[in-house]
Amino acid sequence: MSILIDKNTKVLVQGITGKEGSFHAQQMIDYGTKVVGGVTPGKGGQTHLGVPVFNTVEEAVKATGADASIVFVPAPFAADATSEAIEAGLKVVCCITEGVPINDMVPVRAQAIEAGCRLVGPNCPGLITPGECKIGIMPGNIFSSGPVGLISRSGTLTYQAASATDTESVIAALTRAGFGQSTCVGIGGDPILGTYFKDCLPHFAKDEKTKMVVLIGEIGGSAEEEAAALVKELGIPAVAMIAGRTAPPGKQMGHAGAIVSGSAGTAAAKVKAFEDAGVAVPETMQGLIEEVTKLLGAPVAN
Amino acid sequence: MIIHEYQGKELLREMGVPIPGGKVAQTPEEAGKIAGELGTKVAVKAQVHVGGRGKAGGIKLAGSAEEAVAKAKEIIGMDIKGLTVHKVLVEEAIDIETELYLGITLDRARGTHVIMFSTEGGVDIEEVAEKTPEKIVKVAVDPRRGLLDHHIRKVCYAFDMSKENRKALGVFVKTLYKLYMAKDCSIAEINPLVVTKDGRMLAADAKVNFDGNALYRHPELEAMAEISEEDPLEVKAKEMGLAYVRLDGEVGIIGNGAGLVMGTLDEVNRVGGKPANFLDVGGGASAKVVTNSLSLVLSDPNVKGVLFNIFGGITRGDEVAKGIVEGTKVLNIDKPLVIRLSGTNEEEGRKILSDAGIETAATMEEAAEKIVALTRN
Repeated sequence: MSILIDKNTKVLVQGITGKEGSFHAQQMIDYGTKVVGGVTPGKGGQTHLGVPVFNTVEEAVKATGADASIVFVPAPFAADATSEAIEAGLKVVCCITEGVPINDMVPVRAQAIEAGCRLVGPNCPGLITPGECKIGIMPGNIFSSGPVGLISRSGTLTYQAASATDTESVIAALTRAGFGQSTCVGIGGDPILGTYFKDCLPHFAKDEKTKMVVLIGEIGGSAEEEAAALVKELGIPAVAMIAGRTAPPGKQMGHAGAIVSGSAGTAAAKVKAFEDAGVAVPETMQGLIEEVTKLLGAPVAN
Repeated sequence: MIIHEYQGKELLREMGVPIPGGKVAQTPEEAGKIAGELGTKVAVKAQVHVGGRGKAGGIKLAGSAEEAVAKAKEIIGMDIKGLTVHKVLVEEAIDIETELYLGITLDRARGTHVIMFSTEGGVDIEEVAEKTPEKIVKVAVDPRRGLLDHHIRKVCYAFDMSKENRKALGVFVKTLYKLYMAKDCSIAEINPLVVTKDGRMLAADAKVNFDGNALYRHPELEAMAEISEEDPLEVKAKEMGLAYVRLDGEVGIIGNGAGLVMGTLDEVNRVGGKPANFLDVGGGASAKVVTNSLSLVLSDPNVKGVLFNIFGGITRGDEVAKGIVEGTKVLNIDKPLVIRLSGTNEEEGRKILSDAGIETAATMEEAAEKIVALTRN
């Protein structure tokens, strides 16, 4: 079991003929993801990486029966491409593109909610159900299948936390001990996102394979505070990490930002929210492993 | 991107929002001339990208053109929280009856823009928000249809006001929202929005910031960026398209992804070092971007060594390695480098580095410890 995507998920790649789209579509295919087609306006009818290319998402869905899409379209056009995928009825749409204007994403996020589409991103690494389906840009080889659900705002930290080949990694130790991952979702770090921690948590809570959740947050916004409250409500075992404790790179926002989130957004506020919800917030990867081991008890084999 | 009060007011004026009469001056003489033209009591206001300038003495009243020259002389060149004042706004001093607050920004939690209004505007608005949140009304804009008339009514009828003020406020809400959307703002805020003793509603201050992701479609705004206001290295970084923030330590940090870089800063701090900067090369960085980053970080004289922490997803290890090798050749580096590289094409990357005689660390912790040890003296 897993959440959102599995071995049967049929995936479209929007922007498949571009440089990044091409590279990562190939990596996804190599991982075993069922990539059933691509979309590049003007290149319909061609075959690329062994799959058919279409001019529109609608055509692609009709011809392939796709149920998910990944967007590698350049920033000025990414929100429109994402909107097209939602309108075509896809249930999981992942927008990888970085630098999408906020005003472009606001209506698309609302559209996804209305359509019941799980939009992930933008500016995110994507999602992966190890051994079954990768819709994203993370290096697939570092993940392994197991009981830990992972949700992260930070792309690179996701890999760090899931890394199995990285000799440093605490998670490498976890993976060796049998703590693989059910599904990992990189939600992205933009101010406006299709999916927050709180949108994934209920899925993980219902998933039989997932025994606990690791949340990797960052300073800014209030997504971690909301997640902390929900973790407590759902009663799902969890461990959290917060990046940016010592050196917040963001410049101070004006009154308006402060008014919206109140004291929420600082590392201290996030750590406190989690600790109040009974969630440990270790500072190092080793600390993370210790906490996970506490929750899952003796290492379990897959 | 942040702009000055006078620039924000200029944008409001273009949209037809009433603001006090006035102009910006760079010299005391210009300030005097503007005061003379206005022919009223004036306020001379420092233009700096920092809050609390009134309390710091950056706003002074002048009753005549001569007095305006004198006050401008005091303010131009003064230091407010580390920033030097280069310009003053000379504008009509207003007799204030009431101070209101009006702001628009993105509400991340609701996923839409939100209009905020309070009848208790002025310098203490943050305290109002914290202690008496019921005195601020927040109205979410429809994410797909935008600002509707009933949203405006919710704002205008939230508190007790005269009919005239309610009507004037409605126009302000509509116009400020129009500006916010048209220019892709991240914040558009009028604080205080004043009602004068003679019954006019005016924007007495303006704070407008923009969504950096949307600047490509607003070439007119790029011209407003006040480059002299910012840290020269941050300006250079902006020109190179790098996300760089200068800090006050001695360990240069370069990584990909804001989260990983923040994590690296945390790690360096934890093992006893002090980061000199935050630098995120972004996704899919090319060798050239890596070389540029290295050159930028090393141009900070405080930097004693540089730690690279690259975890490849869309960024490829071999590209990064090529950039580092290229950088060491071009820049003639005499400071220690520690490189931690893994993820996509990591083996190719490590090979390129070891062929060039550059050491790699296997883990983030090891890398942090190494660089801190190397830069300690």
